[in-house]
Amino acid sequence: MQTEMKAFLRRHGLLAGFGLFLISVALSADAFLTPGNIFDVLRQVSITGVMAVGVTFVVITGRLDLSVGSLLTLLTVIVVDQHNTSGPAMAILITLAAGIGVGMFNGVLVGLVGLNALIVTLAMLSFLQGLVLFYSGGSNVNVQNAQTTWFAVFGRHDLFGVPVPALIFLVTAVIAAFVLNRTIFGRQVFAVGGNETASRFSGIASRWTVFWAYALSGLTTAIAAVIMGSRVMGAQNTIGQGYELTVLAGVILGGTSLLGGSGSIWRTVLGITMLGFIQNGLLLLGFPYYVQWLVTWAVIILAVWIDLGAKRGRILA
Amino acid sequence: MADPILTLSGITKTFPGVVALDKVSFDVRPGEVHALVGENGAGKSTLMKVLAGLYHPDAGEIIYQGQPVQIDNPLAAREKGILLIHQELSLSPELSVAENIYLGAWPTNALGVLNKRKLRRDAQAALDAMGCSFGPDDRVGTLSVAMQQMVEIARSQAFSANVVIFDEPTASLTDTEKDQLFTTIRGLQRQGVGIVYISHKMDEIFELTDRITVLRDGQVQGTVTTRETDATAVTRMMIGRTLEAYFHKADSTFGEEVLRVDGLSLQGQFEDVSFSVRQGEVLGFYGLVGAGRSEVVETLFGVRKADRGTLQWQGAEIPLPTPRQAIDLGMALVPESRKEQGLVLMMGGMENTTLPHLASYARSTVMDRGKERATFDEYKDALSIKTTGPDQPVSTLSGGNQQKFVLAKWLCAGPKLIILDEPTRGIDVGSKSAIHTLIAKLAEQGLAVIVISSEMPEVLGVSHRVLAMAEGRLVGEFEGDAMTEENLIDAVSHHLARPAAE
Repeated sequence: MQTEMKAFLRRHGLLAGFGLFLISVALSADAFLTPGNIFDVLRQVSITGVMAVGVTFVVITGRLDLSVGSLLTLLTVIVVDQHNTSGPAMAILITLAAGIGVGMFNGVLVGLVGLNALIVTLAMLSFLQGLVLFYSGGSNVNVQNAQTTWFAVFGRHDLFGVPVPALIFLVTAVIAAFVLNRTIFGRQVFAVGGNETASRFSGIASRWTVFWAYALSGLTTAIAAVIMGSRVMGAQNTIGQGYELTVLAGVILGGTSLLGGSGSIWRTVLGITMLGFIQNGLLLLGFPYYVQWLVTWAVIILAVWIDLGAKRGRILA
Repeated sequence: MADPILTLSGITKTFPGVVALDKVSFDVRPGEVHALVGENGAGKSTLMKVLAGLYHPDAGEIIYQGQPVQIDNPLAAREKGILLIHQELSLSPELSVAENIYLGAWPTNALGVLNKRKLRRDAQAALDAMGCSFGPDDRVGTLSVAMQQMVEIARSQAFSANVVIFDEPTASLTDTEKDQLFTTIRGLQRQGVGIVYISHKMDEIFELTDRITVLRDGQVQGTVTTRETDATAVTRMMIGRTLEAYFHKADSTFGEEVLRVDGLSLQGQFEDVSFSVRQGEVLGFYGLVGAGRSEVVETLFGVRKADRGTLQWQGAEIPLPTPRQAIDLGMALVPESRKEQGLVLMMGGMENTTLPHLASYARSTVMDRGKERATFDEYKDALSIKTTGPDQPVSTLSGGNQQKFVLAKWLCAGPKLIILDEPTRGIDVGSKSAIHTLIAKLAEQGLAVIVISSEMPEVLGVSHRVLAMAEGRLVGEFEGDAMTEENLIDAVSHHLARPAAE
């Protein structure tokens, strides 16, 4: 009985805790479970969510991508600035290309050269933050024709009563889940994360698998930047600060193991959405906005702890 | 005869879908060496883990020193005086010998600070009792495997163990080291320690043990006195049939040359290696560990990059391949270490089987799970692999079944050349024999086969031709009547004995 309880908590404990949290917030804050608030949360979550979908691939290969926070800032600045100079369509193309490009650069260093992922992407986080200031000259950028541009559709509009960014998140997740679970590349991602040596002995180009995982992470961050630019219709030089940890927290809260080899897109969607509702709930309960950083910390520690516990349990069992 | 120090009676342990131990009864007397034998999956490891407190039995009783006891975890087992010496040693390489011996039970003073003097003194006493040549301050990482094993055994002195369980202790020892180990075990025996000795090796069992208990499919087949039985009888109990001939040499006609290697060299690993292998031929590679055999085949397969050398594949010269190209040509490599190189342990048997051939199991880039499933079912039956389903992680399978998935993974694409690097290491007699039969069958079907083995009877038994390797060089080639143990030993030892300046 006790062991069954433990097994249940290990598997569904976070979800059960989340359910309790939702109920208690709903009871004490009337605004929490209104459609307006839920859509607000979904809008907010869609940006980190789209990023987390790409980062999930990297994490399953057993690596990290901490550069996505600064990359989001850079790409948002680019999409807004290019919107003013090259028009929305061109701006989006350039942003996607730049995102993939930075992802590939990480991919070369981590995958092909074999440098430590933590260091490479942490350094990239710093480098890109610098690059943002070079690019923008230190001033914030704003979309000039914010009221008239069709660019607003990505962040501000609804379709069938659902926020467009939430739909973009959903579509990205569906495609990514298909790629991860059904394609050759997805299988290679799991194999490389599970056992890189055995993957090489099986003829899998593990370095290139890692490379493409980082490229994907760059692409999804670029999609997130388009949503962000459209939503804010501008970009401050720090707009993506801290997102790398929120994204990582969502991924591991969902249960994707930092040790590589296991995880899923749906878990990430669940994890990042839960995180969004927790932060929103705390705001509604009257906590200041910066409490979210504390929550991120708690979630990361808790999730990693449970992950390790499960691994140890498996070794002993 | 002395009363047993430890008695298990009616121990039952089930896992989902499997009865791992079925009313197992077993006892150890002070001062005896009691062998526990059985095929992989027979329940030896489970029984051992019950004794060490890693598993808790569903039913049955453990009586220790006349009292029924419950063993909660390995530390509790050790405190009671039951010590398990793992096959894979459980030492911290960065810590000292003394710190390792007392791992988890370091002596402290009133303030909780480590009492280094007491630790050293006690460890030295334990080492002295064993006659060890190294000291308590040596870092464990600098010791040889055999010495590290001694450190583990020294815990038996430190914790005044009454029962010591050895799990395949000679797996990675040389013959000299093995003799030293046996001397140590006999020393423990004289102190009145009850010893459980788990091994696949019949010669060791008959050299060392007093009684033998045979497990099969989780049940005790019988306990016999070693003096009153022989290897054939024990083997028969293990597998329920007699192994008439251990080795079955392929009765095949040789066809075209499949692979020819010329002057293959890799700095610091091997030098100027040349040989060829034909369809239907089993080519053996004999040599001691470290002779460079694995490195040669890993280079052929593209996992390592050669400095020099040419390859001819089916008569045409080809560039040295990448692993992907090697697989596409029709090469297969069953690597030396199935857990590190052979399998993705978290994945199921099905995904492991198709891993080298993903493109053939996909429509454009989308995996065809139906086709994967068909292959899985085919090889599960063909190799009689015991698994609950295509997605059961291979980490949960026994060694023999894991190895069968490694074979399935390489056989399913129909290779032209299959290289088997130590294919029977660490697996039981029954599976060994199945693999030897498989090797013969593959050669008879016209595959070229390369078998690497450190076991001389095996390499001589299955091969048509044997190459001897020493220190990265080919030092002899033997065929027909020249294939004798003596000739192989001569070739290898002659090379090793030659003056360095030659």
